[in-house]
Amino acid sequence: MSKTLYDKIWQSHLINEQDDGTSLIYIDRHLVHEVTSPQAFEGLRLSNRKVNSPKRTLAVADHNVPTLDRELGIKEEDSRIQVEELDKNVEEFQIPYFNMNDTRQGIVHVIGPEQGFTQPGMTIVCGDSHTATHGAFGSLAFGIGTSEVEHVLATQTLIQKKAMNMLINITGNLDKIVTSKDLILYIIGKIGTAGGTGCVIEYSGNALRDMSMESRMTICNMSIEAGARAGMIAPDDITFNYLYEKPMAPKNVDWDKALTWWKTLPSDTGAKFDKIVDIDATKVTQTITWGTSPEEIVSIDGTVPNPDKISDEVKQNKIKRSIEYMGLTPGQKISDVEINTVFIGSCTNSRIEDIRSAAEIIKGKKVSTNVKALVVPGSGLVKKQAEDEGLDVIFKHAGFEWREPGCSMCLAMNSDKLNEGDRCASTSNRNFEGRQGKGGRTHLVSPEIAAASAITGKLTDPRNVT
Amino acid sequence: MEKFNTFKGIAAPFNILNVDTDKIIPKQFLTTIKRTGLGKHVFDEMRYKKDGSENPNFVLNQKPYDKSNILIAGDNFGCGSSREHAPWALKDFGIKCIISTSFADIFFNNSFKNGLLPIMVTKDERDALLEDAKDKENPEIEIDLENQEIRRPNGGKIKFKIDPFRKKCLLEGLDDIGLTELHESKIKSFEESRSTKHPWL
Repeated sequence: MSKTLYDKIWQSHLINEQDDGTSLIYIDRHLVHEVTSPQAFEGLRLSNRKVNSPKRTLAVADHNVPTLDRELGIKEEDSRIQVEELDKNVEEFQIPYFNMNDTRQGIVHVIGPEQGFTQPGMTIVCGDSHTATHGAFGSLAFGIGTSEVEHVLATQTLIQKKAMNMLINITGNLDKIVTSKDLILYIIGKIGTAGGTGCVIEYSGNALRDMSMESRMTICNMSIEAGARAGMIAPDDITFNYLYEKPMAPKNVDWDKALTWWKTLPSDTGAKFDKIVDIDATKVTQTITWGTSPEEIVSIDGTVPNPDKISDEVKQNKIKRSIEYMGLTPGQKISDVEINTVFIGSCTNSRIEDIRSAAEIIKGKKVSTNVKALVVPGSGLVKKQAEDEGLDVIFKHAGFEWREPGCSMCLAMNSDKLNEGDRCASTSNRNFEGRQGKGGRTHLVSPEIAAASAITGKLTDPRNVT
Repeated sequence: MEKFNTFKGIAAPFNILNVDTDKIIPKQFLTTIKRTGLGKHVFDEMRYKKDGSENPNFVLNQKPYDKSNILIAGDNFGCGSSREHAPWALKDFGIKCIISTSFADIFFNNSFKNGLLPIMVTKDERDALLEDAKDKENPEIEIDLENQEIRRPNGGKIKFKIDPFRKKCLLEGLDDIGLTELHESKIKSFEESRSTKHPWL
């Protein structure tokens, strides 16, 4: 029978299945960070359990770490305790760890792929919803809660039920100016934040085949914002070339064996999907969010919606609330909206390609005097690569702050946060109320739009800053 | 885990669309290394004013809803981050059951691991329960997991579906890890065959 990529990975990891479909699946890779793990390690200690497979586990501190003056340590006491707790736990349970001062340290979803820890055909989990990112390699990757983190640490398995197969088929080609961030925001706008609930999404179509791994990761990363636990893209030569010679990728004979297996993974012709959504790539424009839900999108040349035109009362109230929180007016042109903060970073858009694209727009220009702008590279290695290419100099000359890697202002657990009323063009993934700081206002954008907006002080089409 | 017994409790009307886990428990409370004590911070930004005092307009600050055990919630409850701090905070506040038309997957899963029962009903059923909850004089609803039944204040009953395995775990208060360890030999043999076939994994 024809199988989807998801079916194949699921079946090859199935250890036990009960009559009601409740299944025990094997987990190949487990990424651990400081925020969602302390209670899991405590649970292990209380029940006198060990970590089943430390070599399949990789830990890093990313959510709480400072992006300035790191050598001074973490100022905030509770954040410091949480990172120290991780230091102790990895030591006690003998888990491979990139500590805060390791060059390889960075956002958990940036370092996994970068190290080749992430590979096609694997099951990969992490106590973080953006684990979906790793699906860009044709793996089944999803976020889990702390109880499940403990379960994986103890048994290297998870109790799951198979999700539905959903195909998002992108037909035609994207306009050159349209990025993968625009595409995923457009898709979320189409299907809604619950559009993928109960599903694993496979993205397919020629537009994806031309995309780099960085761009594919941006798409899979935001699958959770469409309600899906996982998003995946079939592996191809672009995937294999990316992984080749990565530190933790298979080597020599193993590489050849792996490659042969990886090539069998893509969905078979005629494989059955429970849901199919077609997206016409030629209709996708440069897309950003105007509101406080990732589905509240608008084209960069569009306007803020008018809630009076929406008949459903609950939806109308939600849009009214978003407009009020965001301090906008119905019908307002989005390109007239002034911003005072720009954040280029997060597990969605902090990889070398994102930084290059933003630098290209910034080159030789200055950040608007009203704007505080920061670049937070996704990892120490991304930072180093960018510095080797001289990109840090471009940003610094323009007036950007060039920071140390971490999650930073995406969720504002460290001191990088918006103040009440601040408005930010952010390359991150969530625009919920207060996400980047209490009372802060977030517009989700591509790195290109973030860069252009930093220069003009308004939400700006990059074509207008040349 | 504590066993989930039939109970009668105050239901709060909470008809907000897409309540995300950032809203349930904002990030400033995620630096804890414990599972307990988050109840006072649940829905922090809606619940408290800037000066730290309670916002009287927020439903869980109003009587009798300040003693709620049940939320009658809007569509897609619990979307966003995977933080298990969300069910921990709700549970710590006293919420034992959330009824909605839909839940985000990770929140749904996390709830079961903490003895918090998420029940999915149709839109009409949810809307009827919202009306029940709005009656401040008599907002009590009974949840009977064994018989998969919600009993309304007017004596009406709403049946609900639940995965049999999850039901058993809640009713008996079973620990997932303990259950999985019963499959230890199967896991071992799976690992062995896997490392012969795909040694790089």
